[in-house]
Amino acid sequence: MLRLLTLLVLLLAAPALAQAPDPYGQLAGDGYAEIEAGVTGLAASGDPRADAILAALADGRLLVGPDKTLLIRQGNAVVDARTGAPAAGGSDLKPVRANNRVRRAIEAARGQLDLASPDPAKRRAATDAVFKARDAAALAALDAALARETQPGIRQALTEARAALLLAKPGTAEADRIAAISALQARGDGDAMGILRGLAADPSEAVRAAAGRGIAAIETRLAILGALQNVWYGISLGSVLLLAAIGLAITFGVMGVINMAHGEMVMLGAYTTYGVQELIRTKAPSLFGWSLAISIPCAFLVAGLMGVLIERFIIRFLYGRPLETLLATFGVSLVLQQGVRSLFGPTNREVGAPAFMSGAVDFYGLSITWGRLWIIVFALAVFLGLLFVLRRTSFGLKTRAVTQNRRMAAAMGIRTPYVDALTFGLGSGIAGMAGVALSQIDNVSPNLGQGYIIDSFLVVVFGGVGNLWGTLVAALTLGVVNKLAEPYIGAVLAKIGLLIFIILFIQKRPRGLFALKGRAVES
Amino acid sequence: MTPRTPLIDRKGWIFLAALAAFCLAVPVLNLAVPEGSGLHVPTYLVSLFGKYLAYALLAVSLDLVWGYCGILSLGHGAFFALGGYAMGMYLMRQIGSRGVYGNPVLPDFMVFLNYKALPWYWYGFDHFAFAALMVLLVPGLLAFVFGWLAFRSRVTGVYLSIITQALTYALMLAFFRNDMGLGGNNGLTDFKDLLGFSVQAQGFRVGIFVATGIALALGYLIARIMTVSAYGKILIAVRDAESRTRFLGYRPEHFKTLAFTVSAMMAGVAGALYVPQVGIINPGEFAPTNSIETVIWVAVGGRGTLVGAALGAVLVNYAKTVLTGAMPDAWLFALGGLFVVVTLFLPRGLVGTAIERFGGRRAAAKLPPEPAIAPKLAEEGQGS
Amino acid sequence: MSTDLLEHPDARGPANRKRETDALLYVDDLRVTFDGYKALRGLSLTLARGELRAIIGPNGAGKTTMMDCITGKTRPDSGIALFDGTHDLLKSDEPAIADLGIGRKFQKPTVFESHTVADNILLALKGPRAAFASLFGWRNRVARARIDALLETVGLLAHRDRPAADLSHGQKQWLEIGMLLAQDPKLLLVDEPVAGMTDAETAETARLLRRIAGEHAVLVVEHDMHFVRDLGCRVTCLHEGAVLAEGSIDAVSADPRVVEVYLGR
Repeated sequence: MLRLLTLLVLLLAAPALAQAPDPYGQLAGDGYAEIEAGVTGLAASGDPRADAILAALADGRLLVGPDKTLLIRQGNAVVDARTGAPAAGGSDLKPVRANNRVRRAIEAARGQLDLASPDPAKRRAATDAVFKARDAAALAALDAALARETQPGIRQALTEARAALLLAKPGTAEADRIAAISALQARGDGDAMGILRGLAADPSEAVRAAAGRGIAAIETRLAILGALQNVWYGISLGSVLLLAAIGLAITFGVMGVINMAHGEMVMLGAYTTYGVQELIRTKAPSLFGWSLAISIPCAFLVAGLMGVLIERFIIRFLYGRPLETLLATFGVSLVLQQGVRSLFGPTNREVGAPAFMSGAVDFYGLSITWGRLWIIVFALAVFLGLLFVLRRTSFGLKTRAVTQNRRMAAAMGIRTPYVDALTFGLGSGIAGMAGVALSQIDNVSPNLGQGYIIDSFLVVVFGGVGNLWGTLVAALTLGVVNKLAEPYIGAVLAKIGLLIFIILFIQKRPRGLFALKGRAVES
Repeated sequence: MTPRTPLIDRKGWIFLAALAAFCLAVPVLNLAVPEGSGLHVPTYLVSLFGKYLAYALLAVSLDLVWGYCGILSLGHGAFFALGGYAMGMYLMRQIGSRGVYGNPVLPDFMVFLNYKALPWYWYGFDHFAFAALMVLLVPGLLAFVFGWLAFRSRVTGVYLSIITQALTYALMLAFFRNDMGLGGNNGLTDFKDLLGFSVQAQGFRVGIFVATGIALALGYLIARIMTVSAYGKILIAVRDAESRTRFLGYRPEHFKTLAFTVSAMMAGVAGALYVPQVGIINPGEFAPTNSIETVIWVAVGGRGTLVGAALGAVLVNYAKTVLTGAMPDAWLFALGGLFVVVTLFLPRGLVGTAIERFGGRRAAAKLPPEPAIAPKLAEEGQGS
Repeated sequence: MSTDLLEHPDARGPANRKRETDALLYVDDLRVTFDGYKALRGLSLTLARGELRAIIGPNGAGKTTMMDCITGKTRPDSGIALFDGTHDLLKSDEPAIADLGIGRKFQKPTVFESHTVADNILLALKGPRAAFASLFGWRNRVARARIDALLETVGLLAHRDRPAADLSHGQKQWLEIGMLLAQDPKLLLVDEPVAGMTDAETAETARLLRRIAGEHAVLVVEHDMHFVRDLGCRVTCLHEGAVLAEGSIDAVSADPRVVEVYLGR
C-alpha cells in the first residue's frame, strides 16, 4: 500500500522534475535568485535529503566547494549534501549565502517538506503554513500530501489549503474556484474571510457571488464565536468576582459584619503566595510547579488568623453596630495596606505562574487560556467546599445556629464567641485563598484589595445577603454582562453602567436577587 | 409655647466666636505683620487654613445627614468634587487665551485632545453667577434624585452606605475618562483668576479664606436651623425609629431627601471654595477613600453635634499635614488607628464626650445603638 | 359579595360602598403567606365606630400580622380591608393609613428615645406632616398647655423634660399610648399594652382604654386575661390565622375549642 502511494507520488511529481533544472546546481550558483530557485526546486523535487540540506542552508552550514559540490558541515566533519556520506573537507569551502528572500524561500520550502513528516503535529503546522503563504508552487506538494494523508482533520486542513492555493493561482477554472470558495467558507475563520474578500474584483460574476455568500456566512459564524468568547471572558471575570466576594458572603452575608478590610485579606493571600514562591525559589526550586498548591493553605492560614485577630480585638465589641464596624474595619484596612507597603515596598511584586497555568488551548475556535480555566475551577471548588462546610459539618451547623439565634444557640451550649471568631476566620481565610488566584492575574501590590472591595459588596448585595447561591449567580451574571457590554461601550463605561444598574436594582429589590421573605423583612 | 432649643447654644457661640477670631487674626497676621516677624502667617498657610475650613464645611454637611438622620454617606466626596468641578470649569473659562495653546475658547486640554468646539455642558460657565448656581444645583440635583430613589425604596443602613460608595466610585471612573470633556486624568488646573482677581495674589488668598470662614458659619447656621426645628426632631426620630415615624403619618423619605439634598449643596459649596485655594480639581477627589476620611473627621469630633464635625475636620487635617510632612509612612497607620480607636473608645467623639461630661444631659442629640441588619431580621422573623 | 368589591373597585361609587359596611373597620378573608408558612388563613373581622375590642390567641395565631396588614406594613396575598367603609387599606402605605386615622402602639414600646417625653408627644400631635411645614410651620409653635394636657392624661407630666430613654418599661408604654392620643385617630391598634406593668398600672391602663373607647374605636391585643376581663368588652380569639371564637369574655373562655387551643397542647 505504502509502496503504491509512493509510486503515485513519484508519478505525480515526475512531470515537474522532468522540466526543472537541477536544484543542486542552482544552490551552488552565484546569484541569490539562482539559490532561491534551487531552494524551491529542491523542495518540490521530493528529494529525501532536502530537509537536511535546507536546514544546513538556513544555519549557514551548507558549503560549496570549488567544483560546485555541495557539502554539509556537521560539527568538525563534513558530509556530502547529495548522499549524506562522509566527505573530505578542504580549506577552500565557502558557505552558501542567504539573504532575506532566500530565507523566506527556505522557510516556505521547509514548510512544504513537513507536509510529508511522519509527525502529525508537524504535518498540521506545515499545512497551516502553506495556507498562510498561498504560494501556488506548493500545489504539487499539497496534492501529494493530500493523496497520502489518512487523518481526517489534517485532510480537511489540506483541502482548505489547496482551495486557498487554487484561488491564488491564476488560471484556475471557474468551477474549481467556486468549489474552493465553499471549502473556505466551511473553514470559516478570519483568514478564510480575508481570502474571500480578495476576490471582490474577480472577473467572474459567479465567483464574486459565491465569495459574497461565503463572506456573509463567515461573518455570522465569527459574530457568534465572538459572543461566545465574550461569554467565556465573562465567566472568567465572574469567577474572579466570585472568589473575591465569597469570603464576604460569609462575613457580611452570614454574620452581618461589614468588613471593609476584606480586600486586604485578599491582598494578604496574594503576598503569602509571593512569600511562598520566594522561599521555594531560594530553598527548593524543584517544587516551583507546586508553589500555588502550597500557597493555598498558607494563604488561608495567614488571612484566617488575621481575621480571627480582627474579630477578637475589634469586631466583637461592635456587634449590632454595623456602621461603626464599617469604620473600624476600614481603619484596619488602612493599617494593613500601610503595613504591607512598609514591609514589601510600594511597587508590584512578581508572582510567577507554574507551567500548568500558562498557555492556551483552541476549543472549536474559542481561545481558552489555562490560567483562566484553572481560576474558574478553583472558584467553583472553593464555592462548593464552603457550601459543604456550612451545610454538612457540625461547625457549619453551629455557625448557622449562632447567626440565626444567638441567645438560643448559647443556651444550647454552643460557645458563641468561639464560633464567631472561627466563622470570621473562615470568611477571611477564603479571601486569602482568593488572593492566591488573583496573584496570577492582577498586580500584587498593597492596593490589590482596594480594587475588589466595592465589587465584592455589590456582588453579595446583588445576589441577596445570606444566600450563597445568590452570590454565585450574581458574580457570574455581573461578569458575563460586563464582558458582553464591553465591545459596544468600552470597559470603563461598562463598569460604570454596571454600578448604576446595581444602584437602581437595589432600589427595586433592596434584598437582592434571592431575598429571604418574611414578616420581619423591614428595617 | 413649648421651650425651644435656642438657635445658637453655648457651644455654638463658642464655635462662632472662635471662627470669627480665626478669620480676623489670620488675615491681620498675614497682611499687617511684616514677613520677618515671628507672628507673620505666610500666604501658603492662609490657603492651608482655608482648605481646612472648606473641609470643615464638608464635615458639617456630612454630620447633618449622618449625625441627625442616620444616613452614613460614603459618597459625600462626590458632591464636594462636583461643586469643585463646577468652580473649576468657571476658572478654566476665565483663562481665556492665556493658555499654553492660546485658544480663546477651548481650554488647553481640549486643544490637546483635538476638540473642535466647546461641549454644550460648558456653556454658561464663563459667567460666575451661572457657575455659582451650578455649584449648588449639580450636587443638589444628584442628591435629590439619588436620595429620592434610595429613600423611597427604604434602602437604609449599610446598604445605603455601600451604594453611596458605588456612586462616587462610578463618578470617579467616569471623570477619569477623557471623553467626559472635563480634563480626564489631569482634571482642571492652571487657573488664572476669579472675578478678575488673580488666584495667586496674596489679597485673593486672604479674601477666599475669609469667604470660606463665612460659608462655614452660614452652613453651620443652616444646619442648626434645620436641626433645632420640629423638622430636626422628626429627622432624629427617623434616625432612631424610622418605621415608627411612618406609623405616625410622616413620610421619612421626604425628610431624608430634603436633608440629603441640602447637605449635598453644602458639600458642593465646600468643594467650590476648596478648588481655587488648592489650584486643582481632578477625579482623585471622587475616590471612595476621600469620602470615608470625611466620615472619620465627623466621628472624631462627635457626630450629631455639628461643631464637633468642624472641629474634627480641622484637627485631623492638621495632624495629617504635620504627620505626612514629618514621617509619611506613619500617616496611614495613624489614620487607620484613629478609625479603630474612635469607634471603640470614643463613640461620641470629642465634643460629644465633652458635652456628656460637662454639659448636662440634654445638650447633645443622644445616639442610640443603630439597628442591626440582615441576620438580626431573620431572627425577628421567627417570632409570631 | 365581598369579592365583588375587590374585582370591581370602581364599579360602585363611595356612596354605594358606604352601604356595604357601616363598620369602621371591615376585614374579610385576609390571607398572608411567609415562605410557605400561612400566617393568616382567611381572617375576617368587623369593628364598629367607637367599639372597644380585645383580641386574644396563642403565639402564632396571627395577631400581629393582622395589625401589620391593617397598618400597611405587610401586603396580604388576598382579602379585603376597608376603613370607614370607603378606604381600601390594602392599597395604601403606612403614612397614608396613619393619615386616615389609624394609630398603632407596638408590642415592644417604640418611642423616640433621644427626644424628651414632651417632644415625643409634640411629634405625634395631629397636624400637617410635610417636611417643609415642619421646618418653619405650626409644629414649631405648639402651645405648651396642649402637650401638658395629654401628659396629664397618661400620668407623665412630671417627666415631661426627661429623655424618653430614661423612662421605665411601663412608662414607655404609657408614653406610647399618649402619643396615640395625640394623633387623635379614629381607630387605635394597641399591641400588648400592659406587658411589663405592675398590677396597679395594668388596672389603670384598662380604665384609660375604657375611657378612650366610645370617642375612638380601640382594638387591643393582649395575653393578660385579667386585663382583658377588666376591659369588659367583646373578645375575639384568633387561632392559626383565623377567628376561632367571638363573644363576651365569659362565653369565649368557656368555648371548648378555645380551651383546647390554650391548654390542649
